[in-house]
Order: sequence, then structure tokens, then C-alpha cells
Amino acid sequence: MNKSYSNRKYIIISIFIIVGVIFLVRLFLLQVLDNEYKLSAQNNVLRYVTQYPARGLIYDRNGELLVYNEAAYDLLVIPKQVKNIDTAELCKLLKINKDQFITRLEKARKHSYYKPSVFLKQISREDYGYLQEKLYKYSGFYVQARTLRKYPIPFAAHILGYVGEVDKKDLENEKYYRQGDYIGKNGIEKYYENKLRGKKGLKIKVVDVFNREKGSFKNGKYDTTAIAGNDIYISINTELQLYGEKLMQNKKGSIVAIEPSSGEILALVSSPAYDPNLLIGRIRTENFKKLSSDTLEPLFNRATMAQYPPGSTFKIVNALIGLQEEVLFPYTKYGCQGVVSYPIVCSHDHYSPLDLLHAIEQSCNPYFWKVFKSIFEQPKFATTQEGYNNWREYVSSFGTGKKFDNDLINQRSGNLPPDSYFNKYYGEKGWKAITVRSLSIGQGEIEFTPLQLANLASIIANRGYYFTPHIIKAIRNINYDKKKYKEKIFTDIDPKYFDIVIEGMYQVYEGEHGTTRWYKINDLQICGKTGTAENPHGDNHSVFMAFAPKDNPKIAVAVVVENSGFGSTWAAPIATLMIEKYLNGTVKPNWFEEKMLNTNLLSKN
Amino acid sequence: MRGQKNIFHNIDWITVFLYLTLVFLGWINIYAAVYDESYKSIFDISQRYGKQLIWIAAAIILALIILIIDAKFFSTFAYPIYVISILSLLAVLLLGTRIAGSKSWFQIGAFGIQPAEFAKFATNLAIAKYLTTLNIDLKKLKTIIKSLLIIGVPAILILLQHDMGSALVYSSFILVLYREGLSGSILILGVMIVVLFILTLILGKFIFIGILAGIAFLMFFFIKRNRKNIYSIIGILVLTIAFVFSVDYGFENVLKPHQKKRIEVLLGKEADLKGAGYNVNQSKIAIGSGGFSGKGFLKGTQTKYNFVPEQSTDFIFCTVGEEWGFVGSFVVIFLFIALLIRLIKLAERQRSAFSRIYGYGVASILFFHIVVNIGMTIGLTPVIGIPLPFFSYGGSSLWAFTILLFIFLKQDANRLEVL
Repeated sequence: MNKSYSNRKYIIISIFIIVGVIFLVRLFLLQVLDNEYKLSAQNNVLRYVTQYPARGLIYDRNGELLVYNEAAYDLLVIPKQVKNIDTAELCKLLKINKDQFITRLEKARKHSYYKPSVFLKQISREDYGYLQEKLYKYSGFYVQARTLRKYPIPFAAHILGYVGEVDKKDLENEKYYRQGDYIGKNGIEKYYENKLRGKKGLKIKVVDVFNREKGSFKNGKYDTTAIAGNDIYISINTELQLYGEKLMQNKKGSIVAIEPSSGEILALVSSPAYDPNLLIGRIRTENFKKLSSDTLEPLFNRATMAQYPPGSTFKIVNALIGLQEEVLFPYTKYGCQGVVSYPIVCSHDHYSPLDLLHAIEQSCNPYFWKVFKSIFEQPKFATTQEGYNNWREYVSSFGTGKKFDNDLINQRSGNLPPDSYFNKYYGEKGWKAITVRSLSIGQGEIEFTPLQLANLASIIANRGYYFTPHIIKAIRNINYDKKKYKEKIFTDIDPKYFDIVIEGMYQVYEGEHGTTRWYKINDLQICGKTGTAENPHGDNHSVFMAFAPKDNPKIAVAVVVENSGFGSTWAAPIATLMIEKYLNGTVKPNWFEEKMLNTNLLSKN
Repeated sequence: MRGQKNIFHNIDWITVFLYLTLVFLGWINIYAAVYDESYKSIFDISQRYGKQLIWIAAAIILALIILIIDAKFFSTFAYPIYVISILSLLAVLLLGTRIAGSKSWFQIGAFGIQPAEFAKFATNLAIAKYLTTLNIDLKKLKTIIKSLLIIGVPAILILLQHDMGSALVYSSFILVLYREGLSGSILILGVMIVVLFILTLILGKFIFIGILAGIAFLMFFFIKRNRKNIYSIIGILVLTIAFVFSVDYGFENVLKPHQKKRIEVLLGKEADLKGAGYNVNQSKIAIGSGGFSGKGFLKGTQTKYNFVPEQSTDFIFCTVGEEWGFVGSFVVIFLFIALLIRLIKLAERQRSAFSRIYGYGVASILFFHIVVNIGMTIGLTPVIGIPLPFFSYGGSSLWAFTILLFIFLKQDANRLEVL
């Protein structure tokens, strides 16, 4: 029966064979030719766990700990693996609401479906304790230990800077970083990022579908360990810095103290300041917003970024240039008509005429105008420009008008205009010494940052040279090359001319008419010079620079107190206290310390 | 019983060998799929490989029992067995335990019995019986309808249990009917219907209808424009369009969302790697990562760490692919195709039409399972949960396939006794 159909068996067998061949071809493509699946398989089972190194610690010059790390935990998520979890309970543990949960998960999904993204950052140790016990229930979630910076002494925020998460630019600039990594954002943390960060390690773990660890990949053959960052010693003297910040409380301005013999910065105070602990962890964004909208600009590093006319402190520079140009001699006397002097009045009441020593001691304006004029209008100069540029060259050799090549982030260069500036303003033939006469007493176009002013004090202390001011002292475990900070940079002034101006600065404290004789502290031998920087926007800035002791100086200081009046009223006593603190370790009771510490100059505005 | 001395008398050892080999390979892969270092004993019955050993032993006993039973028993009682099977399908609908969305299990203690598995050989017996009655002609509509009824009733009952995979298995009988005289054009029509179905879903009904109309329009220029041709073109076009609409309607309204998803994923309309596409994707990763020679026994990371779901049952082929590579896959497919061809050969040597038809039924059912099961693991067919014969973990399916196969082997052993 139906024998006629028996040939159909061939069709049926053919169907079997064809299907078999199709399957084998497909399998050959999948298994032999296509490598993509092998990669996917690795991605499935291999979990790459970054090992974060401990960031290097930061110490002061005496080994006092300034910055350390504290444990915090980041919760990571691999969206693909999130399945059947009790969202409500997890939200409760994490202290977030359901909407946040959903948006965070969505964000992670957008980043990658298969790779971990940070779900919640910086979970405290305490919250982590609760979470850890139940983590096994939440497939797709893991915890990664991270560290936060901690500042045991809430000070020196502008120097230390802060650490934050990498942004787009950082990610583009350097391949080392991954989304969510931390990077130094400012100050020391930023400048020495490469030293502090260490080197990340990688552990490759094998996991099952529930993300349970099943051991390490090939017995850790491809694992690398994290290498901790280098510890850094900075040149700051903690006690001095703290004292400086205390003195500047409720004042706007800054103090910079330098060790002249090395260029190491002993203190760098910018006021108002902020507690560096405000800019760590989850609270950073919020606090940063608050701080940046504060009208007193606490984030602004006045010590390196604010520019002020140096006022009378600059007379020292003009004196030195005059001596070098041999248009001024210690015995040169110029008369002064006090408040009716022309073209610059003198604000100090003194006898006349004065020689150089006493002109410095009493800060006579007409004297230094005449010095400036004599430098400027020498017969050897055919044009005003030549005279100006000769003078400018000298000033420039004091480190003004340019940024220091050092480890302070965010500096400004001050201002020392080129002749073209005046040409443009007055016309090439339209100006002479008298046109720019304010420069003779440190007013007008010339501007210094407090750091440059301190460096000026340092130059005078060193009798003609300086080391580039810097904040690094040493780096642990590596022989850090401080070569560029060990190079003496000389001014164009012969060292022999310094003695007379130093003597003048000494008389500022010691002299019968010295502008700061009230603050004289026995045995300290401070040399200083007051300045009162005219400020077109408000009250004069009180400016002072000093160094001590006179011979073999140990410290050079510059102080600016904004909108507070005469240099001798605020900046000078503050500088004096700083010097005493540094040289003697303590400040003996005196009549002005209390006043400096307790006066609130901010409420006046 | 006519002088039967030995129950193995005349048995086809090639088939028995293929059967045992496949069962053994299946067990090895189940062992690998659920391998856990803390349960080392292969006899540990808390583990699936331990249980499967029991199922295998029971299956062999079942096979022996079938070989003992008189060959005529099955042809004589074909209809009663069929009726019992239908009744058990009805009973499970009412009394069964719901497992994974399908109400298709009888739970007896720790063991589950799935009547749908056993309905396959019962239906096969019934169809063989029916097609051997006198004056049967598969060119007649009445015969075709009756045959389809015998096949369709259990299929529909299984569909009611929400077990679409097992229900679809019954479509494999079309091969049997084809062998027994069903017009080849119906087979082609079947293929056409599948093609139309797929194209409708891939292209969308309107675009597809547009293309069809375009083809019909072009045909006017290339054929003889007599009345007959024009009518048949228009007729075919109208029928096709009607079919396209009904496919679209059926797809949108009859299929469950997850079934729709699976088909869409297969057709590449949706790359849903987290949901419906997850299984297939993981399965392809496991198989693809095996490479040419595989990662080695118990070394498969994808299956060992449970990335592939249902890896000891429906996705058992992943373990083969991952641990034994292309070589292993080749061997397994080769064994299956060899078994199928052997079955056809045996069927064709039967004197009794009943045995032949039954033999074709066995081959067709196995073929369907192999195609759909392996096809789904390598992304060629939709994810339909049916086991890989002899391989997949599970007592019901192993026993059902064993019974199915050994009834035929018994018929074959007895072939010379048929007058």
C-alpha cells in the first residue's frame, strides 16, 4: 500500500540533512569564526575591580599631619544584574527615596548596561555597616572602598586645595582617570597630583550570574596591586600659619611669610578663609556653591591672586635703583614742603631736608619722587621710553610683573606695564617722568601680589637675590629634585647698595621718627617698610613688608589688610607679631596683639 | 507469542547504540551544567545529575518492559491508549500543578509527571492506526480532516495548558502525512505559510501587502493574459492579503506578550538583551565562547556560573557548545541526524504500514524537538521550551522519548513476523 510514495523518504532525509548542515554552519560561525562571543563570555564572568591606592598624606615642615584619608564607601551597580530586589528596603538603607533610586539606576543604565557605575557615593562607615549585611540580597550592587580627605586642623585651605571627582576635561586630558575617580582640584592637591595619587591596581575576579565571587582569574596572574601615593612635606609652619589666620580673622587681606635663605613659604594666609573639611565628600557641591557666592570671596586666594599697589614699600626699590644708577647717594638730601610739596605731597610731618636713611625711615614722598625723576631723566636717555625701560628692567629683576615658576596654582603676575601702555595712553611724546610720578611712591599702575611683596622683602633680606618662593619641602621616599628652587636669582642691583636701605628699614622700627616705632620688639632687629596703597574703589589698603633679624634674616613677611587705612595701623603690627611668633616661638604680651586679634574690620564695611 | 526466545531478538543495535550514546552524553552535560564542587558524588540524588541517573535507570527498565510486551499490543490498543492519553490531558488541566506558568504537571511526591510528553507516542500510535485502516487516501479531504483531528485534539489540550512548545510538536506529523500521500503542495503550502508569517512580521503588513501587490502587477506583464491566469493571480493575491491580515491580527491579539517578544527578538526586530533576548544572547555567548575544541569538561564558565538559564533542561546544548566546542556540537548533531536517518531506514523496511507510519512519527517528533531546541540555543528558532530528546534533564521527557522509540524498535524487531 502506498508504495508509490516511498520515494518521498529521500525528500524527508534530505530535509534532515539540510537542517543538520545549516546548524553546523551556524555553529561554525558562532564558535570558530566569531570572536565576539568569547569576549562577551569574559565580560560575563570577569569582574574588573579597581584597587584604589591610598592618596599620599600631607605634612607640614615639622612633620605635623595636615591631610589624611578616611574610609568611605561607594555603592556600584551593574544594571544588567539588577533583578528582583526589594527596592523599598534598599532605599531605606541608602536613605534615598524611590524616585532618586529610579533616576540613579537610569543614569547607570545610560552609562553602561554591563559595566559598573557608581550608584551612590561616599556612604559613611556607619551606614555601610547596615548595608553590608544585606548586600547579598541585591544582585547587581557592590561596594567599593574609597577614601575621603580629612583635615585634622581646619586651616590653610588655599594652600592645600581640595580633591574632587574628575570632570570631563580631566578625563579627556589623561587616560589614567575613569569616571568617578578623584583628582586634586586645587592647591597642593592639584599641583602634586601625580605624586599624591599613587597608582591604581586591578584585580580580576571570576563571578557567577549572581555576582558571587568564584575566585580570582587565572590565580591573579593578571592582577596588579595598587601603589600608594607619596607623602608630601610642605614648607608651611603650622603654628605660624595658624597664628596668621587668627590675626587675619575678620579682616580681608593676606600674609605671606618666606624663609629668605631657601625661598620656602612659611605661611600663606588669605582671609577670609574657609574650613577645608567643607569641600570633601558629598557635602562638597553644596558648600562650594555657598562659598563661591559669598561676597567676601573666601575661595579667592588673595595671597597669590590679589594685586595691590605696593605703596611706600616700593620706595625701597626706587632707592636701590637710584643707588645703582649712581644718581642717588646715601648723603643725597632733598627738601620737602610737606602737604604743599609739588608734584607729590608728603603725608608725613618731618624736618627737611632728609638724607636717604631718614627719607626711608619717615617715608618722605617728595624725596622719592625726586629720586625717581633723577633715575628717569638722565642725560644718557634720548627718550622718555628709554628712561622708563631702564627703570622697568630693574623693577622687573625683583620678580614683579610675572608669575613665579613654582608650585602655587592660581597666581597672578602683578602689574608692571610696558612703555607701550603709556605710549598708547598719552602718545609717544606725551609723557615724561612727571606723568607717571605715582610710580615713584608705588602707586598708579604698578601692582604686586602679596607673594611678590614678601619676595621683595626676601630679596632685601638676602641683599640682592631670591630663591623662587615655593611650598614643597620634601616628598617621602623619592629624591624630589628641587633644583629650580635652589637657584639664586639675582636682581640688577649690586649687593653693596642694600646696606643703606636696610639700615633705613631698620630705622623704621628703631628710629626716633620711624613709622612703626610703636611696635618695636626688643632684640628682634626687624627691618620693615610701611605702605598705604591708594585704592580707587574704597579705603586705602594697609601694606607692610619686613624681615628679621637684620643680619642673617630668618623670615621675610608681607602683609596686606584691605581697606583698613595706613600701613602702620594694621599691616605693620600684624607683620611684627608674625615675626615675633616665628623667631621666638611665642608672642610676649604687648599692647597691640589683643587689638589685632580682636578687631573686626569687616563689620566696618 | 510466536517462538520469541529472547527479548533482544532482531533488535536494531545501531539505534540502541545511538540511543544509549545520546543518553550518556546528555547525562555528562547535565553533570557539567549543574556541577558544584561541594557535591562530588555522581549518585548524590539531591543534585540533578544524581536524579537523572535514576531517570535513566527507570528509562532502561521501561525500554525492557516494552520489549517484553507483545508487538501487537500497541497496534491493537492504539486507540484506547490515545483515549487514555487525552483523558489524562484533560485531567491535568483540572487537577494539575502549575509550574512556571504551565499547568501541565501531575505532582506525585517529589516527582512531576507531564502527560503532554506521553501524549506524543499515544498520538503517534493513533495516527498510525488510523492511516492503516482500509480505503484511506490522504488526497481526500475527509481523511485529511480526520487525521488533523487526531493530531489536533491533544495539541489543543496542551495549548490550553499554556504549553505552546509541546503543542507545536504536533505540527511535525505533517511529515508523516506527507510520506503517506499528502500532497506535496500542502507541504510547500505549509512552508509558504511560515514564510508569509515571518515576512509579515518583519516588514509590517502594509509594506508587505504593497510588495505583494507589486509582484502581482508585474506578473500581468510576464504571463499570458488569459482569464484563468488573471483570476488565479487575483485569487492568490486576495488570499495572501487575507492571510497577512490574519497573521497580523493573530500576532497582535492572540499571542501573549512574552511570546510576541520572543518572536520579535528572533526576527531581529528587537534586541532586547535584558528581557526576552537575554536567554538567547547568553546561550549564544556560551556556545560561541566554546571555540573550536571547547573549554573542556567542567571548565565552562558561562554554564557553570549560571549565566545561561535552564541550562540542564531546555538549554543543555549550551553546555555541549561551551565545554566541547564545535567538535562536540558536531558530534551531537551528527549523532542525532544519524539516528533520524536510521529511523527512516528502519521505517521503510517495515512490512506493516502501521510500523512504518509509527516509525516516521518517531523520526518526525524527534526531528521537531531537535530543530527547535538546538535552533533556539543558536538563535535560529524562537525560544520555545521543549526538551532536547535524551539530553535534557527530566524524567517525563526521557521516559516519553524512550517509550516512543522503543515501541518502534519493538515493531521493527517483530517486522519479520508480520504476514
